Amino acid sequence: MNDQQNTWVMAASGHEVITNTQLSQDVHKLVVTAPRVAAARLPGQFVIVRLGDGAERIPLTIADSNAENGTIVLVVQAVGKSTSDLVGLSAGDHIHDVVGPLGRPSDLVVEGTVVCVAGGVGAAVMYPIAQGLAALGADVITVLGARTAASVVYADELAALGELILCTDDGTAGRTGFVTDALADLLGKRPAAVVYAAGPVPMMRAVAAVTQPRDVRTIVSLNPIMVDGTGMCGGCRVTVDGKMRFACVDGPEFDAHGVDFDELDDRLGTYREFERQAMTHVCRSAG
Amino acid sequence: MTDRPLSKRERLKIDRQEMPTSDAAERSRSFTEVNVGFTEQIALLEAQRCLDCKRATCVDGCPVSVDIPSFMGEIERGDLAAAARILFADNSLPAVTGRVCPQETQCEALCVRGRKGAPVAIGHLERFIADWARGHHHDDVAAVEPSGRRVAVIGAGPGGLTAAGELSRRGHAVTVFEALHLPGGVLSYGIPEFRLPNEIVMDEVRRLEALGVQIECNVVIGRTYTLEDLQAGFDAVFVSVGAGLPMFLDIPGEGLKGVYSANEYLTRINLMQSYAFPDANTPVLHGDRVVVIGGGNVAIDAVRTALRLGAHEATIVYRRGRNELPARVEEVSHADEEGVRFQLQVSPLAIEGNDERWVTGVRCVDTELGEPDESGRRRPMPIEGSERVIPCDTVVVAVGTRANPLLTSASPNLAVTNRGYLIADDRGMTNLPGVFAGGDIVRGSATVILAMGDGKRIAGTIDEYLHATAVTIDSHRRRVMSEKGLGTW
Ligand SMILES: Cc1cc2nc3c(=O)[nH]c(=O)nc-3n(C[C@H](O)[C@H](O)[C@H](O)COP(=O)(O)OP(=O)(O)OC[C@H]3O[C@@H](n4cnc5c(N)ncnc54)[C@H](O)[C@@H]3O)c2cc1C
Ligand SMILES: Cc1cc2nc3c(=O)[nH]c(=O)nc-3n(C[C@H](O)[C@H](O)[C@H](O)COP(=O)(O)OP(=O)(O)OC[C@H]3O[C@@H](n4cnc5c(N)ncnc54)[C@H](O)[C@@H]3O)c2cc1C
Ligand code: FES
Repeated sequence: MNDQQNTWVMAASGHEVITNTQLSQDVHKLVVTAPRVAAARLPGQFVIVRLGDGAERIPLTIADSNAENGTIVLVVQAVGKSTSDLVGLSAGDHIHDVVGPLGRPSDLVVEGTVVCVAGGVGAAVMYPIAQGLAALGADVITVLGARTAASVVYADELAALGELILCTDDGTAGRTGFVTDALADLLGKRPAAVVYAAGPVPMMRAVAAVTQPRDVRTIVSLNPIMVDGTGMCGGCRVTVDGKMRFACVDGPEFDAHGVDFDELDDRLGTYREFERQAMTHVCRSAG
Repeated sequence: MTDRPLSKRERLKIDRQEMPTSDAAERSRSFTEVNVGFTEQIALLEAQRCLDCKRATCVDGCPVSVDIPSFMGEIERGDLAAAARILFADNSLPAVTGRVCPQETQCEALCVRGRKGAPVAIGHLERFIADWARGHHHDDVAAVEPSGRRVAVIGAGPGGLTAAGELSRRGHAVTVFEALHLPGGVLSYGIPEFRLPNEIVMDEVRRLEALGVQIECNVVIGRTYTLEDLQAGFDAVFVSVGAGLPMFLDIPGEGLKGVYSANEYLTRINLMQSYAFPDANTPVLHGDRVVVIGGGNVAIDAVRTALRLGAHEATIVYRRGRNELPARVEEVSHADEEGVRFQLQVSPLAIEGNDERWVTGVRCVDTELGEPDESGRRRPMPIEGSERVIPCDTVVVAVGTRANPLLTSASPNLAVTNRGYLIADDRGMTNLPGVFAGGDIVRGSATVILAMGDGKRIAGTIDEYLHATAVTIDSHRRRVMSEKGLGTW
C-alpha cells in the first residue's frame, strides 16, 4: 500500500512464526515470537495481529505462552481471508504486528466444581482459562464439542487438566450430540459453582439457556468484530444487562445471563458480503 | 521592522487572498487534498496585508505564541528560510496546524484587520511556509550532548510527538510507546487525507526518528507494560494518550448493522484504508444514504468521507443551529460546497431498522433553541409533534469522545477527575512524581495545537525536573528493565 508507512511497521515487526502445525482440516496452531506479550499475558487475554501492509487487524486468543522463550501460541481457524492468510504462513515467516495482551484477564473462580464448555476452536480459547483454574487448584471438568472426530482440537491438552467429556454432533468420537446436552446431564448430577463457555455464538447462547434456570453463574468469552482493541472505536460493542459494553476493554468475558446474543450474532454478519468478495478476490488472484 | 516597503494605506488596499481549492464536485469523490495551498505570489500579497502592529494581538490568540508579525515580515522580504526558522521555533508541526487549527477563533480572531474586513490569512501562510520547508531540508538542529536520561512518552499523537522532539533536542533518550500500528494519533486515524495528508504526519515522524526518538508501535500501556514498569525503566514519563473513547447517544437502535461511531468509521478508512477494499482487507459499509449525528470537526470529517465513498446523500443531523456548529468554519463551508446536507435543529430519538436489523432511518424531532446552558450555547428543546424519520442506510455517531480508562484503571494510584481525565499541576506533573501528562487526556477533547503546546511546555518542565533529580539506577530498575525488555543501561 503505502510505502512510507513501512518504516515503523518494520521496526515493530520481528514476530517470527516458529512453528505452524495443522490440528484439523481448518485449524492451525502457530507458535509466534512476541516476548513482551508472553511476559505480560494472563488467561483470557488476546492479541490483535496484522499480517502486513493492507491486512486486517484480527483478534486471536493467546492460547498459551512461554515467557522464557518469548513465544505465544495462537490457534487459528481459517474462516475467511485474514485467518486463511495466517494459517498459510510457514515457519520463518513474519507477522508484522502483534499487539497485546488485550482484554481483561479472566475472573478465575476457584470454588467447588468448575465446568468449562468449549465448541470447535473455542477449545483453544478455553484452554488458558482451564489451565489458570487448574493451576489455582480448582476441580475442572471440560465439556468439549465438535462437529466430528476430525475437527476436535486441544482435547489432550484439556484432558490433562481434569475430567474431559467429549461430544461430537455425529457421534464419531465421545458422546453423540451437543455440548449443552452433556452439560445439562452433568449439572443434573453434580452441582457446579461456575460455568465458563467459549465457542460459536449459538453454542454460548444455548449454554446460557441451560444454566440460567439452574441459577449457575456463567461466564462467556465473546468474539465480536474488533478493530483497534483499545476501546477507541466501539465496533466491538455488545449489550450486557441492557448496557453497552466494549468487549475489547470491558471483556471479552461477561456474565452470560445478561448478554444479548441475538445482537452479537447479528452484528457478526455485518460484512458477510465483503467477506465473500475478499475470498473470491483471493481465488481470482491465485488462479 | 524597518525594511517593510509598503505604507499602511497600500497594505489596507489589498484584499484577503482566497485559498485555491480543488473543484468541489470532483474532490467530493476523491481523497485528494481540498486546499491546494498558496503560491509564493499569493503568499507575498497576503503577507503584505499584515500591518506589523506594535502590539501584535494575533500572537495572544496563538496557544503557542508564534511570532506572527516577524514571520510575516520574512515572507514579505522573500526570506522563506528565515520565516520557517521563526515558525519552527514555536511550533514543531506547522504543516499540520496550518491545516487543522481553528484560526478563526485563535490568531485570526484577534487580527486588527478583522475588525473592518477580513483578517490576515495567518493559517494559510503558516501552511505555505511549512510546506515550503518540507521541500527544503532546513533541519538545522545542532547535535546535543546526550544527557544520559531516559524519558518514556505514552501515545504518539500531536502531544506526545511534540514532547518527544523537544526532549530529544535537549539530549534525553526518548521512547514513544504507541498502541496502534502507526504513530500520529488522531492525525493518522481520525483526520482524513483530504484535509491532512498522512504523508505530512509521517514526514514529521521521520524527522523525529532522525533526531533519535524511538517509536515503538503496538505497545499498550496498562496492558503490555504498566505505568509502574515505565516509572522503573525511565527517569520520567509523559502521558499523552488522548481522550479517544467514543460516546454513543444511548438511544434505541445503536446495535443495528450500519451504525458506526465516527472513530470506527474514520479508523477503518484512514488507518485501515478500507476505501481500497479488497486490495486492503478491512471492509467498511459504503452507505448510499448516510446520516452523521453531530456538528463538530469529527462529524464534518465523517460526512465528507461518506460522500467520497460514494454516498448519494450525506446528511449532518445536529440539534443546534448553524452558528453553534463547533466545527471549523472552513470545513463547514467546504462541506456545503461538496453537497453535504445539513439538518439543523434536529435531534435524534432512535435509529430504526428492518427485520434483518439493518439501519433504515433515524427518527428525529425538530428543536427550538432555548436559554443558554452550562456550555453557554443555547439549549435545544424538542418541538412537540415534529417527529419524523430521515431515511438512511448508514448512521455515524459523532457526539464526542471521553477519557479511555485503559491506562488509568491499571494504575489506581494515578489521580483522575470524576470523569477519568488526568489531573496535572501547572508544571504538567500528575500526583505521581516524574509522571507528567498533557493533551486531550488532561484537557478533555481539545485541539491539535493545545496538545502540541502542552507537549512543548511540559517537555521544558520535564527537562527541569530531570536536572533537579539525581540519576538512580538501582537493582530494582536494572531488573525491571532487563526482565521487561525495556532496554539496558
Ligand atoms: C477476543 C477474540 C478472540 C478470538 N480468538 C480466536 C481464536 O483464538 N482463534 C480463532 O480462530 N478465532 C478467534 N477469534 C475470531 C477471529 O478473530 C475471526 O475468526 C477472524 O477475525 C475472522 O477474520 P477473517 O478475515 O479470516 O474472516 P472474515 O472473512 O472476516 O469472516 C469469516 C466469518 O467469520 C465471522 N467473523 C468475522 N469476524 C469475526 C470475529 N471477530 N469473531 C468471530 N467470527 C468472526 C464472520 O461473520 C464470517 O462468518 C476471536 C475473536 C475475538 C473477538
Ligand atoms: C476526526 C477528528 C477531527 C479533528 N479535527 C481537528 C481539527 O481540525 N483541528 C484541531 O485542532 N483538532 C481536531 N481534532 C482534535 C485533535 O485531533 C485532538 O485534540 C488531538 O489529536 C489531541 O492530541 P493528543 O496528543 O492529546 O492525543 P491523540 O491525538 O488522541 O493521540 C493519543 C495517542 O495515544 C495512543 N494511546 C492511547 N492509549 C494508549 C495506551 N494506553 N498506550 C499506548 N498508546 C496509547 C492512541 O492510540 C493515540 O495514537 C479532531 C479530532 C478528531 C477525532
Ligand atoms: S475494538 Fe475498537 S473499541 Fe473495541
